[in-house]
Amino acid sequence: MAYKIIVCAKQVPNTNEIKTNPETGTLIRDGVESILNHDDANALEEALKVKDAYPGTTITVITMGPPQAVEMLQECLAMGADDAVLLSDRALGGSDTWATSNAITAGIKKLGDFDFIFAGRQAIDGDTAQVGPQIAEKLGIPQVTYVQDFQIDGNEITVQRALEDGYELIKVKTPCLLTAIKELNTPRYMYIKGIYHAVKHDIKVWGAADIGVDLETVGLKASPTNVFKSFTPKPKGAGQKVAGDTEKDLAINLICSLKEKNII
Amino acid sequence: MAINFDDVKNIWVYAEQRHGKLMNVALELIGEGYRLSREMPEGTKVCGVLIGAEEDVKPLEAELFAYGADEVYVLADPLLKQYTTDGYAKVLTDAIEEIKPEIVIFGATHIGRDLAPRVAARLDTGLTADCTRLDIDMNHYINFLETKTTCNTKGLTPEDPKKDLLKQTRPAFGGNLMATIVTPRTRPTMSTVRPGVMKKREKDTSLKGEAINVKVNLTAADIHTQVVDVVKAAKEIVSLTDADIICSGGRGLGGPEGFNLIKEFADKVGGVVGSSRAAVDAGWIDHSHQVGQTGTTVKPKIYFACGISGAIQHLAGMQTSDCIVAINKDPDAPIFEVADYGIVGDLYKVIPQIIAEWDNAEDLLAERSK
Repeated sequence: MAYKIIVCAKQVPNTNEIKTNPETGTLIRDGVESILNHDDANALEEALKVKDAYPGTTITVITMGPPQAVEMLQECLAMGADDAVLLSDRALGGSDTWATSNAITAGIKKLGDFDFIFAGRQAIDGDTAQVGPQIAEKLGIPQVTYVQDFQIDGNEITVQRALEDGYELIKVKTPCLLTAIKELNTPRYMYIKGIYHAVKHDIKVWGAADIGVDLETVGLKASPTNVFKSFTPKPKGAGQKVAGDTEKDLAINLICSLKEKNII
Repeated sequence: MAINFDDVKNIWVYAEQRHGKLMNVALELIGEGYRLSREMPEGTKVCGVLIGAEEDVKPLEAELFAYGADEVYVLADPLLKQYTTDGYAKVLTDAIEEIKPEIVIFGATHIGRDLAPRVAARLDTGLTADCTRLDIDMNHYINFLETKTTCNTKGLTPEDPKKDLLKQTRPAFGGNLMATIVTPRTRPTMSTVRPGVMKKREKDTSLKGEAINVKVNLTAADIHTQVVDVVKAAKEIVSLTDADIICSGGRGLGGPEGFNLIKEFADKVGGVVGSSRAAVDAGWIDHSHQVGQTGTTVKPKIYFACGISGAIQHLAGMQTSDCIVAINKDPDAPIFEVADYGIVGDLYKVIPQIIAEWDNAEDLLAERSK
């Protein structure tokens, strides 16, 4: 059996490298690299494993973003994805999760039939974990989030869904949407044949008109949530250094301070 | 289907329960909802919403009242015994459309973060994820911005047009940036809130009420996933979010055996063991212990950071602790910038002394006051 898989991915700034300007409360993005979002790499890897096991399986990666997100799609192709689509249009800019899921849902509908969709649990820039479930809702298909183990047999998928203190074993039939966490697998590297494919491949770039999305449901103005203020937290300010010449004095002085302030 | 603005009232808290036990965050959110409701037009109530099998949820009603819920709604059905996205999303969406709350808040648990986006999408309303602060009162909010953030509040007055909206504050970009989000045009306003950041009210068993049973319209055909089994992790369950005291170890431990000392320390002070990402990545301890942006966010009464340098991602997960004690050899470690008490020293020498003297606190203080 061969499957048609759609992978949702996002190009994100490497938040480990981001700094903020404490004066203005804005991000300093200069020189910060853009990367394939971590959880999305796990989603793509799991799709690639299905393709390895079931020859003839096809993987299409879909993303929404500025034109340079093509670079991330090329990386996905070089890892082994067959096709890639970028939804890019000024009309889509500033979309919140609700509006983003409207646009991606329209893009997926244009792609046609699929067996299942794999997305990352969340993106490291927004950390919302909302777009995956909201696409599933708008497509009217079931979802399983926080997937840490995945098996497929015919049209039946069996997954482990991670909980805070264990997991649920869940069965779901295709079509459905799953979201991946890092425990699911270790993403592979790009490989030579894949890179060759990526260079030659024509990545589709679709605007709002191409996917036929209602302009009242996408972009900044249509988004139900708005950013009211953005800022950086004020540093808490250092407290006191505990005094003491010996480790025993340090320990006693600490304990006395905690007791004195009724902390213990 | 969007809900008419004029019809909405009250704050709903999704009172998440698993196998008949309330999640702590449900009570935290009842406490926060209570506080917010008293800043809204008079008569605004905080309502706990229980979903599950009748035998699991009925015994929890009294607990919600005792922690401050003005009303409790019960959505019970045998098909809701086990959490499923489809089943819970359907009955909750139906109830929201029927009863029309103004605000709906969820704990940002693995289940809350699965359920809330599905419900928000069905209602075509806004949802803000992983909030760490909620405000209605504009004066409180402006005060927060001025005292705790670098935000320029020029031009922001208590009469701001957004003054009646729920102001939902959350970290983004790995904790480097904070944003306040509002939902101006659709109702209900929906948020998920990080466990451990809001305060429960004191339990008052004299507070009682009559729960309201909401009719549930659900069939087996509505549910498209089948939960075959629920497996508790064999590993030690670490409830970092519930802990009053956390003793965390980092790279400065030098190796996995360092956590033996941290465990001994935690046992002595009645705490649980946490860790930095560096220690987890090094394979010294399981991920379930990790505090920080990609781990658990904690707000204990005391946070002991032992051999933790204080990367921004770690600070994002613990800097709102009531009291932070840092023990580190490096006097320039960033952790000292957020610590209430800093000890520059070798943790392998300092911690055994703290363990030895911990039970003598009262005598030591009396001795010193002489």
